[in-house]
Amino acid sequence: MSEQLTGAQSLIRSLELAGVDTIFGIPGGAILPAYDPLMDSKKVRHILVRHEQGAGHAAEGYALATGKVGVCMATSGPGATNLVTPIADAHMDSVPMVAITGQVPSKAIGTDAFQEADIRGITFPITKHNYLVTNPADIPKAIHEAFHIASTGRPGPVLVDISKDALNKVADFVWPSEINLPGYRPTTKPNNKQVREAASLILSSKKPVLYIGGGVIKASAHKELLELATITQIPVVTTLMARGAFPDSHPQHLGMPGMHGTVAAVGSLQQSDLLIALGTRFDDRVTGDLSSFAPDAKIIHADIDPAEIGKNRFVDIPIVGDAKEIILQLVAAIKDEQGKGSVGDYEAWWSTLNHLRETYPLGYDLPIDGSLSPQYVIERLSDITGPDAIYTAGVGQHQMWAAQFVKYEKPGTWLNSGGLGTMGFAVPAAMGAKVGMPDTTVWAIDGDGCFQMTNQELATCSINNIPIKVALINNSSLGMVRQWQTLFYNERYSNTDLQSHRFPDFVKLAEAYGCYGLRCESPEEVDSVIEKALGINDAPVVIDFQVNKDAMVWPMVAAGSSNSDIKYARDLAPKWERED
Amino acid sequence: MSRHTLSVLVENRPGVLARTASLFARRGFNIESLAVGPTESDEVSRMTIVVSVEGHPLEQVTKQLNKLVNVLKIVELDSTQSVQRELVLIKVKTSPQNRSQILETVSLFRARVVDVSQDSVTIEATGVRDKLDALVQVLEPYGIKELVQSGMVAVGRGQKSLTDKTSRAS
Repeated sequence: MSEQLTGAQSLIRSLELAGVDTIFGIPGGAILPAYDPLMDSKKVRHILVRHEQGAGHAAEGYALATGKVGVCMATSGPGATNLVTPIADAHMDSVPMVAITGQVPSKAIGTDAFQEADIRGITFPITKHNYLVTNPADIPKAIHEAFHIASTGRPGPVLVDISKDALNKVADFVWPSEINLPGYRPTTKPNNKQVREAASLILSSKKPVLYIGGGVIKASAHKELLELATITQIPVVTTLMARGAFPDSHPQHLGMPGMHGTVAAVGSLQQSDLLIALGTRFDDRVTGDLSSFAPDAKIIHADIDPAEIGKNRFVDIPIVGDAKEIILQLVAAIKDEQGKGSVGDYEAWWSTLNHLRETYPLGYDLPIDGSLSPQYVIERLSDITGPDAIYTAGVGQHQMWAAQFVKYEKPGTWLNSGGLGTMGFAVPAAMGAKVGMPDTTVWAIDGDGCFQMTNQELATCSINNIPIKVALINNSSLGMVRQWQTLFYNERYSNTDLQSHRFPDFVKLAEAYGCYGLRCESPEEVDSVIEKALGINDAPVVIDFQVNKDAMVWPMVAAGSSNSDIKYARDLAPKWERED
Repeated sequence: MSRHTLSVLVENRPGVLARTASLFARRGFNIESLAVGPTESDEVSRMTIVVSVEGHPLEQVTKQLNKLVNVLKIVELDSTQSVQRELVLIKVKTSPQNRSQILETVSLFRARVVDVSQDSVTIEATGVRDKLDALVQVLEPYGIKELVQSGMVAVGRGQKSLTDKTSRAS
């Protein structure tokens, strides 16, 4: 027995059946019919944002914090094109997201109608899949499939564009009983033979490293990873997307590799004879110059996306599958080999790595003028708040410092824009995370440049009782670009001075948005202002930390250089060979 | 630079061609020729894509293609293990003096004349690229007014069928 529903009712019903409890969006002409039944939904909470980009990043933050699919909604034309940045962001960072957009009536498609944009065509290269629905009877199937595709295999964004007439017309509502996608069958179970080969290669290697990527968090494989590390005693590095996959406090953790990674983590990859790459994609920000990356290492590369394997680096043992399944099988296979007496011997390796770790720890110099150090602020924020909070970031220096100096112990506590590098990610992502995890403290560690791209969502937070906390690392400039100008452009600071110690007044801005606004200009105030912010839970808080603008992110591998040429600080290269 | 022929079975859905073609461009591959058409199954279309590969391994583009939800199957057809054909229509200037020479060329190449006017003939030829290139070369001196060429279509030799193994397409 079927029921007659309008396309709009069918859409809302389908979203309910897909398990959606939250949508971030803004209505407009073409999507308007959907907003009427949405008003009556008892299951779906719609949060009215101030800009569609905010809706998209909020959906990402929600998804990253909860592991569920994030949902955003916008109208046709500019509403849809404003979602392009978060969709591209979700695509690069494999975030499960469904974007619903209204489209002009089907008869008007292709006529350059008011607020018409070919959003399906525009998003071909930045979605996992997308749909244009012009028949109301097709809506349930499209939504059902969209959630399946977004959340399985390598997760990613799916866009469903629905014409206005399809929302208005009536059709039988039929929720599909099964998914039938003959061209979409992600491989989750790894090949047993390859896992066994990997196990024996691991135990015969002398300098192995577990090179861990965001896929381990996506697969919820952190416990399995901990066991793998424990039984093998192999050092672990966690990429920018994997911070939190392995506890920072664990003695086997060497930290983050890559352009701003620790000397020990970068050095371990360069000197390794075997990289066990799990859920990671050999991104250029990790490898530096590819031809000189980990020159002596054999590669075991495990990923759910076969296209990632061998894309950038030749692989000795490829394993396609879900990270959790792979690690479980790997643990079993290694225990098997160990039972037969094959035990890895990494003592010399650890001695080298411990030396690097002790000689070149993460650190920073305090500004000589007594002004506030951004690294110190972030370090104190982490120490006072603790590892149970969720930390989001924008993109730039503050992001790298947040990756370096916050101590992550749990997966899903570090949300950032890694692949696309989207400035403005922090505030809306924090909003989405806080909606998904209302009992968790959520800090947006943001830069003054980033903050000014998306801070209007503070209004959304105030109105909807989403008390996020914003730690504004305000160095009055586009800090990372400025750092490159310092290092590579003879200190010619072309267009990086935002003057945001003057304009806007962030405290007043926060207050104008109904938030608490606090300011901190000296090291002595840092602890008390953080504690004060942590004590506020009835509204969002913004702390304007006015920090020294000359602080730089170290260590650093200059773009295009070999990882082996990492600088520990300006003009200071680590000595790889030990002097006894 | 190497040239490869891919047979791609796709679900017969709107947007599949655009999505597939844009993937090649996005990943930095050049499509030399592309032919799309129906197959023995209404739900499945078949693309034959000739791609020239420089720098990137072909494997990367086939893996990326495989990720498209509407793509069912991809097979690379080796030129020795498959029948590969292109079709060309050539409109050649003629005069009473050279018309018979041209017709002789047509028959030598096992091509056909499909349209005749007072001062031109239109020739249809099918075959592999080399044969068609040779025909064009021979006709060139007479004056080619117009030339249109199809993308290549190809099918594997022997009794096996690309589509009946496509359990994924069922």
